[in-house]
Amino acid sequence: MLELTVNGQHHELDIDPDTPLLWALRDHLHLHGTKYGCGIGLCGSCTVHVDDRAVRACLVRVADVSDKAITTIEGLTPDSEPVQQAWREFEVTQCGYCDPGMIMASIALLREKPSPSDADIDAAITNICRCGTYNRVRQAIHAAASKVANKKEAADV
Amino acid sequence: MSDPVRLTRRAFLVRSTAAGAGLLLGFHLPARRKFAAAPMTAPRDDQPVEVNAWIEIHPDNSVLIRVARSEMGQGIFTALPMLVAEELDCDWSKVRAEYASANENRRRDNVYQSMGTGGSRSIRDSNDYLRMAGAVGRELLVSAAASCWNVLAEECRAANSIITHTPTGRTLSYGAVAAAAATLAPPELVFLKEPEDWHLLGTPVKRLDVRDKIAGKPVFGTDVDIPGMLHAAIRACPVFGGTLQQYDAAAIAKRSGVVQVVALDNAVAVVAESWWQAHQALQALPVTWDEAGHGTVNDADIRASLEAGLATDKAVIMAERGKPDVAFKTSGKQIEATYYAPYLAHATMEPMTCTAAVHKDGRVEVWVPTQNASASLDAAARTAGVDPLRVEVHNTQLGGGFGRRGANQDFTEQAVRIAQAVGRPVKLMWSREEDMQHDFYRPASMVRLAAAVNSAGQLTAMRVRVAAPSILTSLGRMYADGTDPVALQGIPHKFYTVPNFRADYALRTLHVPVGFWRSVNHSQNAYYREHFLDQVARETGQDPYEFRLGMLKEAPKQRAVLQAVAERAGWGEALPEHTHRGIAVETCYGSHCAQVVEVKVNADGTFRLLRVVCAIDPGHVVNPDTIAAQVESAITYGLTAALFGDITLHNGRVQQGNFDDYPMLTLAQMPVVETHIVASGDFWGGIGEPPLPPVAPALCNALYAATGKPVHSLPLSAHGLHLA
Repeated sequence: MLELTVNGQHHELDIDPDTPLLWALRDHLHLHGTKYGCGIGLCGSCTVHVDDRAVRACLVRVADVSDKAITTIEGLTPDSEPVQQAWREFEVTQCGYCDPGMIMASIALLREKPSPSDADIDAAITNICRCGTYNRVRQAIHAAASKVANKKEAADV
Repeated sequence: MSDPVRLTRRAFLVRSTAAGAGLLLGFHLPARRKFAAAPMTAPRDDQPVEVNAWIEIHPDNSVLIRVARSEMGQGIFTALPMLVAEELDCDWSKVRAEYASANENRRRDNVYQSMGTGGSRSIRDSNDYLRMAGAVGRELLVSAAASCWNVLAEECRAANSIITHTPTGRTLSYGAVAAAAATLAPPELVFLKEPEDWHLLGTPVKRLDVRDKIAGKPVFGTDVDIPGMLHAAIRACPVFGGTLQQYDAAAIAKRSGVVQVVALDNAVAVVAESWWQAHQALQALPVTWDEAGHGTVNDADIRASLEAGLATDKAVIMAERGKPDVAFKTSGKQIEATYYAPYLAHATMEPMTCTAAVHKDGRVEVWVPTQNASASLDAAARTAGVDPLRVEVHNTQLGGGFGRRGANQDFTEQAVRIAQAVGRPVKLMWSREEDMQHDFYRPASMVRLAAAVNSAGQLTAMRVRVAAPSILTSLGRMYADGTDPVALQGIPHKFYTVPNFRADYALRTLHVPVGFWRSVNHSQNAYYREHFLDQVARETGQDPYEFRLGMLKEAPKQRAVLQAVAERAGWGEALPEHTHRGIAVETCYGSHCAQVVEVKVNADGTFRLLRVVCAIDPGHVVNPDTIAAQVESAITYGLTAALFGDITLHNGRVQQGNFDDYPMLTLAQMPVVETHIVASGDFWGGIGEPPLPPVAPALCNALYAATGKPVHSLPLSAHGLHLA
């Protein structure tokens, strides 16, 4: 039995420890928000958080994260998450397949760099989007950053 | 199997005021669902009521609008309901969209008309009957309210899902009268609004699907989860046209989770408890193939066939005007160039997938991301050998389509066969590699263009030879004389004034499957033509923009977008050092589009994409924000292809497998995109594809301006032209 904590919930899974986290999430825990796109860590559709850091779930053995806190798109609160709110504001989404991974990557970036430069975004957001939402992704990240900054400022006052 | 219930379809006349007073259009009223149900039951006040096939009104006043085309990112799940809602005069904040059922469509005598989603046709082909469905719905609701009050319908008006009796100010909601409306005979005549009366169309309405998509909620094809379902991974013969020869199921039988190995004609599938198990076992499965004699075909053979097409004297003339041969003999200057564009894969983010269940009673269900639910239904019925009415297609979300998931339903056929063999529901999902190597590719082609220019610098004649495989022929829709108008899309370029012209076509038959790829052959043909025109302009000392304008005197729409883009991009104004621009224009799928690409070229020859300025005329504007998003989308797709896209063949096999060897444009490489909608408002054009074709030639023209060298083949990476 393998233990896994996803979105605050504890699970016990009877699976091959070599199974990539992506397939444990999708086929065993039925959390389908995390997508398969390439299986080699290039497209970022499977981006999740492992202890708050963005990780490509297709490259991680489930046994290697059994003691970590995993967050998937289903674990977010869309109505209060600034990145998701910005996604709506800028109508980023087209087909919607890459968005969960993009959103997870963007949240992790903002955690590390609360007001990222364009170069920071270029370096961190290497996820592939075939619909071409890139410019709106950039806008949404900047907007989410200033939203968080404003909130923080207001709280400080 | 009983016959389907025959539907009473009632033809009635609709006068479209937008199309001019007095013009009568025949319009088939979508039959109400109650006609298909037996016994007929009276609508109830506490139940949703179908006013017509497109519209369902709920007691809480919410409106469900059915969508027969597929949402694959292009925004029609919002735009098509907008067309209905505009005429229905309902409260947009209470509108939901839902897929129309392909089975219901068959049962109800094609009430939803075409379900095909390609050729940028969703709005331009269905706006008339969707607006009429809305108008008919509104008239029925108003009539029902009028009868309720025992007043004349002419004294009532509808707005925001409320009907008001104007003289008395009494009101009734749509929800309150929907049941009564559904029992009324549809009107003989409805009037469509004039564009100046639109309040919803033309406004930047927020997409209806974003809220769920950002939460990861929508079910894509790969997300389908059916009780008792198994997972399948598949490998088709790596050589197109080949078949399965032998495989050793025993070698993987004991692997954990493996349930069954299923042999298909040209493929083998492993079915397991999870996809990862199926995929791993498939990697370990020993398989041999009969390569059908194609196992030695290399890229050089493909090119040799295309070159032979340029040389043959057996090409079919497909467009001719004036006397091109005479004009060439008498012209002052002649310019000729040969171009090549490679095969391209669609590479949708979501690989091909389909879930199928073949039930013991002969019913078949498929859950599939499809660009044509009717085509999926037919494919499933044909494969399972059942009546199409026994098939239910459940449309899932599509992780991109771009032409891959419509005419070719190979994934649906495979899933049905596997589910049939296993006797349980099976979700088939292709790996990225399978997807890359078993596409229906944008055809590779070679084109020779020749221009004759007089002493005034005017283009007096052109000759064009196209050597390319034919998509229509591959679909069995070949023209009797061996021609294929789709292969020459954009080649006769009727909008430029070229007095003497001939285009001919040498059909190439190769073993690589070809299919519709976003903007189809406009994608490479516009590159050939627009890049060649820059060569002609530069070799005759003319400005590429002015040169084009000189040939657009009789093409006001193309002229307008070209002028708009030149003005917005500051064409002719000095550029910063090492910065260069290129321009191009194309008309396709009913819309006109011109773009300017700006690049900055470094000393080492690498370059950066700075900006793409786009002017587009789609006629009427349904949702301007969707148009902007589609322009950004098509530009990204087109740039990716122009920069990197190259599917090559070795030993009959596609050499690329994943995003490492078939790279995609990334966020860091993406230029600024500025979209200017120059809507002339007297036609309905497409938007998913028209912004794609201009970007490759505009980019090549910018690089040509920088280097002085034209780019005679794509991708740019094959010429050592790389992004910084």
